[in-house]
Amino acid sequence: MLSAIWEAEGLQTVGIVVLVCASIKLLHILGLISFSEDSVEDELELSAVRHRPEGLEQLEAQTRFSRKELQILYRGFKTECPSGIVNEDTFKDIYSQFFPQGDASTYAHFLFNAFDTDHNGSVSFEDFVMGLSILLRGTVQEKLNWAFNLYDINKDGYITKEEMLDIMKAIYDMMGKCTYPVLKEETPRQHVEVFFQKMDKNKDGVVTIDEFIDCCQNDENIMRSMHLFENVL
Amino acid sequence: MATGVAAWLPFARAAAIGWMPVANCPMPVAPRDNHKRQDELIILNVSGRRFQTWRNTLDRYPDTLLGSSEKDFFYNEETKEYFFDRDPDAFRSILNFYRTGKLHYPRHECISAYDEELTFFGIIPEVIGDCCYEEYKDRKRENLERLQDDQEENKDMKLPKLNFRETIWRAFENPHTSTMALVFYYVTGFFIAISVITNVVETVPCGSTTNQKDMPCGERYTVAFFCIDTACVMIFTVEYLMRLFAAPSRYRFMRSVMSIIDVMAILPYYIGLVMTNNEDVSGAFVTLRVFRVFRIFKFSRHSQGLRILGYTLKSCASELGFLLFSLTMAIIIFATVMFYAEKGSSSSKFTSIPASFWYTIVTMTTLGYGDMVPKTIAGKIFGSICSLSGVLVIALPVPVIVSNFSRIYHQNQRADKRRAQKKARLARIRIVKSGSANAFLQSKRNGLLNELLELTGTEEDEQKLIKSTSLLESQHHHLLHCLEKTTCYPVCSLQAHEFVDEQMYKQNRLETALQNDPSRSPSICSHDSSVGTCCSHRVKRNAALPSVSVPSTHPIPMHQGPLQELRAIHIQCGDLPSHTTSRSNLNLKTDDSGRINCRGAQITTAIICLPTPSALTPDGDGLHGPPQQRPPPPLGHPAAPSIQTTTSSAGTNIIKVSAL
Repeated sequence: MLSAIWEAEGLQTVGIVVLVCASIKLLHILGLISFSEDSVEDELELSAVRHRPEGLEQLEAQTRFSRKELQILYRGFKTECPSGIVNEDTFKDIYSQFFPQGDASTYAHFLFNAFDTDHNGSVSFEDFVMGLSILLRGTVQEKLNWAFNLYDINKDGYITKEEMLDIMKAIYDMMGKCTYPVLKEETPRQHVEVFFQKMDKNKDGVVTIDEFIDCCQNDENIMRSMHLFENVL
Repeated sequence: MATGVAAWLPFARAAAIGWMPVANCPMPVAPRDNHKRQDELIILNVSGRRFQTWRNTLDRYPDTLLGSSEKDFFYNEETKEYFFDRDPDAFRSILNFYRTGKLHYPRHECISAYDEELTFFGIIPEVIGDCCYEEYKDRKRENLERLQDDQEENKDMKLPKLNFRETIWRAFENPHTSTMALVFYYVTGFFIAISVITNVVETVPCGSTTNQKDMPCGERYTVAFFCIDTACVMIFTVEYLMRLFAAPSRYRFMRSVMSIIDVMAILPYYIGLVMTNNEDVSGAFVTLRVFRVFRIFKFSRHSQGLRILGYTLKSCASELGFLLFSLTMAIIIFATVMFYAEKGSSSSKFTSIPASFWYTIVTMTTLGYGDMVPKTIAGKIFGSICSLSGVLVIALPVPVIVSNFSRIYHQNQRADKRRAQKKARLARIRIVKSGSANAFLQSKRNGLLNELLELTGTEEDEQKLIKSTSLLESQHHHLLHCLEKTTCYPVCSLQAHEFVDEQMYKQNRLETALQNDPSRSPSICSHDSSVGTCCSHRVKRNAALPSVSVPSTHPIPMHQGPLQELRAIHIQCGDLPSHTTSRSNLNLKTDDSGRINCRGAQITTAIICLPTPSALTPDGDGLHGPPQQRPPPPLGHPAAPSIQTTTSSAGTNIIKVSAL
């Protein structure tokens, strides 16, 4: 008997509590009352950072492109990235579209770091155009410098075997799975060994910039291939 | 490769320098860009509106018209621009596709017009961006449905001859096709109504007899009701058997819903006949009577609205299922809560959870009978929450069902409207077509007349008669004329087939049917023989110029009907006796008659009458369709004995002149 009464009362209490909570929530939703001191407003999402490049004359001075070439480059750049800067994901996207059969994201990451000279996480038009200027119009020395910079992931001035292995694996990843003959696990490693044998003169396990440039300048193939893309653009 | 990022290819190539130091093998030679032209602006003139863009932009999609060399076909040398004679509004979205890589579908644009533009410019619709793709697909589907409806109706119009079984089936499916079908349709509808009404009235208490209590009418007038029932069931049985007989696929018919309903409507009666005397199963028999109410579903054959409703419910099955499921969940929850809430109160009707179901359902559907009410405070609180949530839960799926119903209903309305408008449309189209056919015939006459006038050499009449037809028309008419001349019989014996007006054609057929008796010798105009009398023209003698409705007044008795007659120029070659079953003796060398009538001719849309032999059955659409594809008449034809030629047999090279 008592338990029945308690049950009934208990349920009554529960009912009242539910009712009160529901009405409070309703009022809160309707905006009539607010809970905390800092009012709940819509957080303004910062719209995407927009960036405008320096003037045409300055860029012309800093790079080796002509005015017209800069115009063409900028138009293409801005069409693809209307906000004026490229972040890493977009960069990876764009680069991956050129290599549909493999996974270009790792290499794109390294490339992004190479282009993003001020390391602010985004590539602006200036970065882009300066990089291109070196690659397309620079001296062989500058190009080799750039390549060294690319391989040196932590930018400490030395290329270690691990760094090289990472780069190599990234390059081989771009080839994808469907190659003939089939890529084996140790192919990148072997390639790195060959590279180090060639480049590492003093056999200390790292390649410095001087070793690198020396070695490349003495290699016919490499020198020839440096001039390969000169008439791009 | 996505051509949208073609602009970044130079970058990707430049970045390849990063591979060079690690490469083991020598690199391949780079392709040279020989004609290295600076990026230039292209002007696209679309119906006067000039669009300009970089050449590179257009080159992004080389498999479209603008991106390939196909656009060179549209290049205008003088103005140095590409001219397209298309809709400039639709072109905007197409050019934006090149610029942004995404094709958008403008909502205000007609779907088929847009499709045509896309096809013209070589863009596949699949590249439409996600934002607009759904809308595009929806509109396209709607359009297709509409066109399909039209086609189906067209199919109805042209039917081959059906055998008996198919005729009956068609009569059942479309009662409007014949009067008998319509009668049968109404009769069955009437009997369905009668049957339903009797079922209902049977149970009404009919006033007391000597017994004290009221008897239902069914028991009072057993015989009468039994007779009515028998009559109805007989009709239904006959109908069902006929449908079964006529169905193209009996198995499928037997499985269809309507036939099951039919069977269930008549079965109780037969079972009742069999089992009348067995008292044990009379209880079951009474249950069977319930199934008689299914007869009312037979009305769905008669009412389109009912069918639409049924179809809607079928297509909204998922929404209905959701409704049911959510209601069940809510009922269980609230019933449980109410039971425990009301457990404490005395004399509570909420004796168990299933008993509370009834309360919950009644409350959620806002019925509120009041036979079970909560008495405790908690019970009342929860009861009110229950009724509020009931309103919400039921109101949610209903609009989906309603919109489905509305869509299907409007589709049906549209189909009906289209069908109604179709007749008027077809009539108008036929008028236009026959107008053009007449124009052709008339221009032919003009041409012939010109020839004649050249013979007779009158200048001013010629001027009068030359109606200025546009170049297009004259070329078209010349083409049709060539076609006529092509279908000359190889021996070139007058059998050039000619276009004729539809009405004329029908009349001729009628005539040939009527004129089958050979006894009428001079009426050679139409024979039932296989003589290709198409070239024969009746000639009107001595008469005034024919106006459109002048009945034939020539003395030769013929079944003319309101035929318009004209003389026609008729060039025969070969030395066959003229088959022209025209009264050619009247007009053989006729310049004079011709001349008389030619002068000051009124140009009316007169019609050359060509009697067509009934043996050859050209296709029904006599409008301006291809000339009758007749097999060339048999070679022996010139000597066909049934021809009585009253022509003076000079035979060769008879020229008859047509007058207008």
